[in-house]
Amino acid sequence: MAEPRVTYDFVTRTIARTLGNPGRGYFLLLGAAVTLLAGGIVTLLYLLRYGLGLAGYSHPVYWAVFITCFVFWVGIAHSGTLISAILFLFRSGWRTAVYRTAEAMTVFAVMTAGLFPLIHIGRQWYFYWLIPYPNERGLWPNFKSPLIWDEFAIGTYFTVSTVFLIMGLIPDIAAVRDLATGWRKKLYTLASVGWRGTNEEWRHYTRGYLYLAALATPLVLSVHSVVSWDFAMAIVPGWHATIFAPYFVAGAIYSGCGMVITLLVPIRKLFHLEDLIGVHHFENLSKLCLLTGSIVGYAYVCEYFIAWFSGNPAERAAFWYRAFGPYWWATWTMIICNAFLPLLLWVKKIRTNITALFVISIFVNIGMWFERYVIIVVSLAGEPYTTWTNAVYNPTWADWGIMAGSFGWFFMWFLLFVKNFPAVSISEVKEVLPPPRRAPARAGAHG
Amino acid sequence: MIPLPKPLHDIFRPPPTPGVLGVFAHLDATLEAIRKLRAAGHGDFTVYSPIPRHELEDALGQAVSPVRMFTLIGGIAGCAIGAWITLWMSYDWPTVVGGKPIGSVPPYVVIMFEMTVLFGALSTILGIAFNSAFAARRLGTIQWDPRFTNDKFGIFVPAAPDKTAPVETLLKGAGAEEVRRG
Repeated sequence: MAEPRVTYDFVTRTIARTLGNPGRGYFLLLGAAVTLLAGGIVTLLYLLRYGLGLAGYSHPVYWAVFITCFVFWVGIAHSGTLISAILFLFRSGWRTAVYRTAEAMTVFAVMTAGLFPLIHIGRQWYFYWLIPYPNERGLWPNFKSPLIWDEFAIGTYFTVSTVFLIMGLIPDIAAVRDLATGWRKKLYTLASVGWRGTNEEWRHYTRGYLYLAALATPLVLSVHSVVSWDFAMAIVPGWHATIFAPYFVAGAIYSGCGMVITLLVPIRKLFHLEDLIGVHHFENLSKLCLLTGSIVGYAYVCEYFIAWFSGNPAERAAFWYRAFGPYWWATWTMIICNAFLPLLLWVKKIRTNITALFVISIFVNIGMWFERYVIIVVSLAGEPYTTWTNAVYNPTWADWGIMAGSFGWFFMWFLLFVKNFPAVSISEVKEVLPPPRRAPARAGAHG
Repeated sequence: MIPLPKPLHDIFRPPPTPGVLGVFAHLDATLEAIRKLRAAGHGDFTVYSPIPRHELEDALGQAVSPVRMFTLIGGIAGCAIGAWITLWMSYDWPTVVGGKPIGSVPPYVVIMFEMTVLFGALSTILGIAFNSAFAARRLGTIQWDPRFTNDKFGIFVPAAPDKTAPVETLLKGAGAEEVRRG
């Protein structure tokens, strides 16, 4: 029997090679990320010194780019859990090659998202006011407020997705530990917590992993629902809609799948993972994009239809303002990128063309950022019951600086992760390979 | 190996157990060895594998891991804590918000749900850690090979130094690439 090209050993060595010297391209990207982050930190220092007035807040728009970025990054996080937990429960084999990247993206995106409420509150040193503890007057937080739900949801999501990522990493760190030398050997020995792959370890591990996936599945759906209720529970026209939870969850997965494609294309090239991450992985991801993008498109239609059908003049005015007011360009960017662009993915030629997918995925990210901008900023700016307060809000350099810094922060962590830890799951990629068996003829010849 | 202080050393580096280690390149050979060992009355051997395989689980006839009880208890505890903090904190300083009852259960369900997931997940991790650590403690320090995390399967059979010969023959007969005493 001929040895198959992709053997267990091949998988271990291919993935362990990503921990070696990745070449100049990697360090250029990392340098760019760190530069962006440094710009963000400088902007933050300015905000601390001169106050939030530097951001473009103007009455009635007090939730602006920072909250937009918060929702954007939480949304990015979602497809990671979809791929790692929901597709795990559905037993889809193709997820194994891409889920680690997606999962790491989840953790770092939630880490990025978590910065924005802190930046938004202005006085970061009072962040602990968010935690339920009795203040000096014995008051507790208001648990009827969606902002408190959000804190619990994001806190839980960050904790659970981090432990889920680390759990999945343990057998893989053990595998690279046994090939590594020097300081990396020490690091991986510590990080693999003594994993040896005994039947007892696998027995508890596989069960525990299953339950973690089962817990993470409803969690991921709940987190973006709760984020959407930050808006939907308020009576602002354009926010106060029951469709918000599923609409946000679909949008989150859509943007997240876009980001997974954006990240995987360069990672696959830089670390030479073409043998493990094939075109069909990208095709499957783009099918997820197509599905969730279609749901998002449907939600847009629904929103406008209900605004008209409700007969509510405030709702009608809000949606008219959205499409034809001063922010028409943001709205139409969002509609074109999210509702029409994914329709290209019906074509198999485009789904299997990695360059085309990379370009589309970037437009998906842009479109989804604008979706949050439109929902948050434009709804507030166009509040029709306070026409006398309408002001045209425009983001300032401080908004853009913080946003660019958040991209730097995210990519810095992500790039450091893929360089230092197995970016593709070693044990799970092996699981979908045929296990090594003796040649059938040997059974007869033996003994 | 990282040196550990005395009490930790006793827990995580238990004394060595004598026995025989077989290294296998093929899954079916490993399965054959497991069946033969069980037929020969060995029940306390350890199987190493780079990946979890249902065939191995079935051949070993393992019981379902008790980790599920950790998940269940953690989840129920989290739900109860979620209900307790929201209701107790609301009544500790009663404030009417939006004309709703002081203790309104529907919004608190969100907190209860998130706490269920948080505690369920964390106790699952503890369950895996405790059960694996107890299993390792029971087995003692046993022979192992770094290839087991890459592409080889292994079986360690504990045996007194004078009783290793039949085990060695059995493992070799099943197709072990390499058999060594430890």
